[in-house]
Amino acid sequence: MNETAVKREMETVGVGGRHFGDRVFKGVTLLMALAIFGLVILIASQLLRGSQLSLHKFGWRFLTTSDWDPVNGKLGALAFIYGTLVTSAIALFIAVPISIATAVYLTELAPLWLRQPLIMFIELLAAIPSVILGLWGIFVMVPFLRDHFDPWLQKLFGFLPLFQGPIYGIGMLAGGIIVAIMAIPIITSVSREILRSVPGLQREAAYALGATRWEVTRIAVLSYAKKGLFGAVILGLGRALGETMAVTMVIGNAPQIVASLLAPGYTLASVLANEFNEAVTPLYLSSLFEIGLVLLGLTVVVNALAQLLLKTFAGPTVKPQH
Amino acid sequence: MRKRILSIFAPSLLLVLFLIVSCSKSGAPASGGAAAEPTNTLSAQILINGAGSTFDYPAFSQWFHAYAAIDPNVQFNYQSIGSGGGQHQLLNQTVDFGASDAPMTDEAMAGAPGKILHIPVVVGGEAICYNLPGSPKLKFDADTLAGIYLGQITKWNDPKIAVLNPDVKLPDLPLVVVHRSDGSGTTFIFCDYLCHVSPTWANTVGKSTSVKWPVGLGGKGNEGVAGQIEQLPGAIGYVELAYAIQNHMTYAEIKNAAGHFVPCTLDTVSAALATAQIPEDFRFSMVNAPGDNSYPIAGASWVLIYQNQKDPVIGKKLVAFLKWAITDGQKLSTQLDYAPLPDSVQQRELKLLDTVKY
Repeated sequence: MNETAVKREMETVGVGGRHFGDRVFKGVTLLMALAIFGLVILIASQLLRGSQLSLHKFGWRFLTTSDWDPVNGKLGALAFIYGTLVTSAIALFIAVPISIATAVYLTELAPLWLRQPLIMFIELLAAIPSVILGLWGIFVMVPFLRDHFDPWLQKLFGFLPLFQGPIYGIGMLAGGIIVAIMAIPIITSVSREILRSVPGLQREAAYALGATRWEVTRIAVLSYAKKGLFGAVILGLGRALGETMAVTMVIGNAPQIVASLLAPGYTLASVLANEFNEAVTPLYLSSLFEIGLVLLGLTVVVNALAQLLLKTFAGPTVKPQH
Repeated sequence: MRKRILSIFAPSLLLVLFLIVSCSKSGAPASGGAAAEPTNTLSAQILINGAGSTFDYPAFSQWFHAYAAIDPNVQFNYQSIGSGGGQHQLLNQTVDFGASDAPMTDEAMAGAPGKILHIPVVVGGEAICYNLPGSPKLKFDADTLAGIYLGQITKWNDPKIAVLNPDVKLPDLPLVVVHRSDGSGTTFIFCDYLCHVSPTWANTVGKSTSVKWPVGLGGKGNEGVAGQIEQLPGAIGYVELAYAIQNHMTYAEIKNAAGHFVPCTLDTVSAALATAQIPEDFRFSMVNAPGDNSYPIAGASWVLIYQNQKDPVIGKKLVAFLKWAITDGQKLSTQLDYAPLPDSVQQRELKLLDTVKY
């Protein structure tokens, strides 16, 4: 059948097709898709149900107070939201330049024989379990930070409140670095796909105008792919927000809001991992549910934003890669 | 294309196979234990489920393994999800017994479908470990500990610490306070002690499995706290004695209620239990116990069971196991650095176990 005939056929009987088997096929795949959708709805509704007590008691104050006192029933999530945002910001600050530079190298500059092994190594980084990274963090990274890196930072930038205060090694900076390590593979992979989808004509046009290698990359590739790269970064951010075990091990778990990056902090995911098991009173448990709800909401918003950006960049020419 | 896939896939596959082979050769058969016992698979294997405290999990593991030789018809499954989890699951009746480092409160027990018995099975002391150059032996008393954890004492060479340790040259290091980040019975016992000895602590912080700490870094689990103490010079924190011994940490002598400085050992912890006031329902606190040789920061871990057992077969097996654990099983738990239950307490518990109805 030629193309128009196929189109006419599809219009008359629908995408499912007129065969019974095809309709069953359509039904089963629809069921699977709905199941996933249903699972997300189920999780969200369970979180909502569990946090009713806390929502009624604290209302919006929950998001604006940083007091976390389970014994006296005064609970507020601001310190955790602050910690999550700060570690994510540090992580992006470190990961984005590294990832985008790596992606550019892999697509534009690397010799062909080097590309596959490099890609494999980056994917291997993504495969390292969070806990292993946390152990490495405690035993290798934290002593290094405490003895060498943090004092150096404090010497150079100590006039900024960001780097003042006692140095433990363990703290927001350590948490941010660990999350950066976990976000790099994702941002690199997606950026690579985005950069690969830039039409060759763009590069050729830039070369034709006499641009150097760097100018071609900057003008023809990076600025064309800006929105898509931004989407890749947001996707990495989505991963960063949810990291739990590795962050818990190196962040110090102190629910406080201080300006210094060298001070210990606490994230939404860490407090859930630490305190959920032993939460004995209903209000305490309900507050932890609400923290889960906040985290879910944050993650959903960030991921939706990423998808939107990737789609508007990619358009009809590129298939979304997952 | 196929060649390329093979060239990447094959070495990784070989690596994985190599790791599996080398790990299985060196893997200890300790976990083979109860599950691999050649029992009569045709007879009814009774499975008893428990959940709760992480503190007594090593003791339970050892006991289940040894008990399989005594009664091969019963198997145990224990999940160390934490004391709070243990209490929850018992209330929901998804497990046959719970294990908790903190006794259940009256409100919690009011919501239970039946009367719950508290059976102390192990006793543990909490060592105050620290990381100082030279690892000197230090002494602390209640005021200094409370001052440190309230954030009032911030340096190691503070006069309050120096007056207790005249022979030691204390460095000018800042005190890095370490506590538990997760809810835990260990925290409950430590805060219980601080509440007893410091009115300021009792009024501001209180005691629970999870509190609002005035200062300090949080580590997850005893292992997290121990890890942070080992990594940070000038750190001080509380860990279960078993962890402190097995990780060769330096820990302090604490002044008890009678005014003596006692180290944290199995004997001093048992001595504390022998002198502690134990009510009929066994929901006791043994911190700051009287007695010359008592170590002040210690607590018991309880097994929680319903007095009316729904299933008589499981109930009888469970009670038989518990009776063994609190008598003969204590020899095994002392090997794991838990303090043994004194005889007087064992006798009272046996009587309590006799009241279980099936």
